Amino acid sequence: MFEIVKKEHLNPTVAKMVIHAPFVAKKAEPGQFIIFRAYEDSERVPLTIADYDREAGNVSIIYQIVGAATMELDTLSEGDCLHDFVGPLGVATHTEGLKKVCVVGGGVGCAIALPVTKKLHAQGCCVHAVVGFRNKDLVILEDEFKNASEKMVMMTDDGSYGEKGLVTAALERLINEGNAYDEVIAIGPLVMMKFVCQVTKKYGIKTIVSMNPIMIDGTGMCGGCRLTVGGETKFACVDGPDFDGHLVDFDEAMRRSTMYRDFERHEREEECNLLNKEVK
Amino acid sequence: MARNMDPKKCPMPSQDPNVRNKNFDEVALGYTYEMAVSEARRCLNCPKKPCVSACPVQIDIPAFIACVANEDMEGAYKVLSASSALPAVCGRVCPQETQCEGKCVRGIKGEPVGIGRLERFVADWHREHNTETPVKPESNGHKVAVIGAGPSGLTCAGDMAKLGYQVTIFEALHTAGGVLVYGIPEFRLPKTIVQKEIDGLKAMGVEIMTNMVIGKVLTIDELFEMGYEAVYIASGAGLPRFMGIPGESLKGVYSANEYLTRINLMKAYMPHSKTPIKHSKKVAVVGGGNVAMDAARSAKRLGADEVYIVYRRSMNELPARAEEVEHAQEEGIIFKTLTNPVEVLGDENGEVCGIRCVEMELGEPDASGRRRPIVKEGSEFVIDVDTMIMSIGTSPNPLIRTTTPGLETNRHGCIVTNGDDGLTSREGVYAGGDAVTGAATVILAMGAGKNAAKAMHEYIQGKNK
Repeated sequence: MFEIVKKEHLNPTVAKMVIHAPFVAKKAEPGQFIIFRAYEDSERVPLTIADYDREAGNVSIIYQIVGAATMELDTLSEGDCLHDFVGPLGVATHTEGLKKVCVVGGGVGCAIALPVTKKLHAQGCCVHAVVGFRNKDLVILEDEFKNASEKMVMMTDDGSYGEKGLVTAALERLINEGNAYDEVIAIGPLVMMKFVCQVTKKYGIKTIVSMNPIMIDGTGMCGGCRLTVGGETKFACVDGPDFDGHLVDFDEAMRRSTMYRDFERHEREEECNLLNKEVK
Repeated sequence: MARNMDPKKCPMPSQDPNVRNKNFDEVALGYTYEMAVSEARRCLNCPKKPCVSACPVQIDIPAFIACVANEDMEGAYKVLSASSALPAVCGRVCPQETQCEGKCVRGIKGEPVGIGRLERFVADWHREHNTETPVKPESNGHKVAVIGAGPSGLTCAGDMAKLGYQVTIFEALHTAGGVLVYGIPEFRLPKTIVQKEIDGLKAMGVEIMTNMVIGKVLTIDELFEMGYEAVYIASGAGLPRFMGIPGESLKGVYSANEYLTRINLMKAYMPHSKTPIKHSKKVAVVGGGNVAMDAARSAKRLGADEVYIVYRRSMNELPARAEEVEHAQEEGIIFKTLTNPVEVLGDENGEVCGIRCVEMELGEPDASGRRRPIVKEGSEFVIDVDTMIMSIGTSPNPLIRTTTPGLETNRHGCIVTNGDDGLTSREGVYAGGDAVTGAATVILAMGAGKNAAKAMHEYIQGKNK
């Protein structure tokens, strides 16, 4: 059992939990993920690690309340325990030797983009951060990104905060202003990563994306998380989750991510009904 | 006691095929007491014991059968448990026809003695009647680590615990049991039986740490730093193989590992499971092993109207246990043998809508000794299906290989061991089961666990002299 040491809501639909998991905390690196099960009969859900504190033995996760599993997770409070918490899984993001990097985060993907931003910043790399949200109410981790980068550009779809527009516009502008990046790291919705890759391909800038496909065991057993990368079948759980974005077949990944859409919608409604009943 | 000279085995009582193909309850119901005693009296108790030599864990088969014939069921259990840590499991899933029963003298002129069925009966009898809890052996003060709580790891842990070692099993998943819980379905191996065997190990003092992925959370070298004096790697088979044909990433293409894990480990067959599974109408399972049979029969139970086994060789070469093939046929699984898929077809939503296949014929024997399948020119045809399940084997998991310096692996990525005792290229590190052999059977994995336990004991004793 893994105790929830702290829980806070970052915006109306995104929350952060600090979990006591000393073995995981000892080894966690930016880019790696964990799998949790809230209760004994819950689904296994992968989430990328948002932060870790080796001394305290804690690992942070940031989740968006989108489906039945995250709604169920959100019913737990400080002092409660997660039934299962396994990790760190996947390969850590490579940061060695990078001198100048632009990190592009979209929505809740910013939570995953922050640890690598901090790591790069700490090792003396010049980091620019482009973060995008739908609107002002959904903005998270703004100060954290500011503190971990030389320059931060805030974008919102509706212009209610920062600049109006998509992250790709800001990225392209930074490139055109003469910033020569060794690498771009893009973490966010599949469609965002796809378009970031289209921009960087044009300029020949290596781009790393963090993939989050449907997954069950997360240890290299089930093969559910397979992706086509450079024409080869790769498994996000053991080969990734980071891949060369210019080689990823995003259209296929987007199609596969909808495999259980009907089931998920139904489960979400069930979970909502259940929660409503509990409130009454 | 009169010997039973019936040339045929006492048939196994089972659920009716048209009832059981709609539920996940156990198919084979087990012998009654009278059936077991009568079947046991078919054994000739021959002095050469060919059956024993064909058993990967060398159970003294005539001795346990003699106990059953004399109605000493607890005595029979003692004989079994001296050699096998999981008799209730082996009685159900061993390929007896190629092992013990394949060598049975009674099989020359008739059917062999139902050794597997008797083993199962004795183990079940013991479970239902035994009131003693296993005793925790006196500690010898030495610690060993086992990686993986599947059949190989559990066997090794059990044998080491009996010798007085303090054993910790590190399991990657949230439940112990390995393939016995994520792979083999409930209708073939009820999970309560697996749990009971695991509870027995825990009562003997074996510690099982779940949610621990060795190679990630801890390395083998760190296990030694933590005071474990020897390590047994039994991490299992690994990643599923795909055929590399067009369309394998369409929605509705599963690996058998994923399909069975959803159903067995995550209980997707139960009405309120939170893990989704596709409820298909027409399913093609590619492959001919036990895993393929399990996937096909599970698909049928989830309500599919038509389920095909698509296999590139003929019925004679199917690697699955004979009983699984028979059961599958009885349950209405359609065998499309001498058939090989060349493309998965998808509709406008990216969902599977069929598979394009070619007919095959058998040529000369290949390296495996089986006749090589050759494509018949111009034989293409399409099978309409909405789901395709790939069950064509696995390739080894890289997590331990890539994080253990000096651990030798072969070109396939399997861990290399020295002879039968499971010693790897690293001192104090032993390995066995599918991590060494590639996908094989439960009993071979158990045999490897047993041999490794013996070798680890000798190693630690020698070191501490």
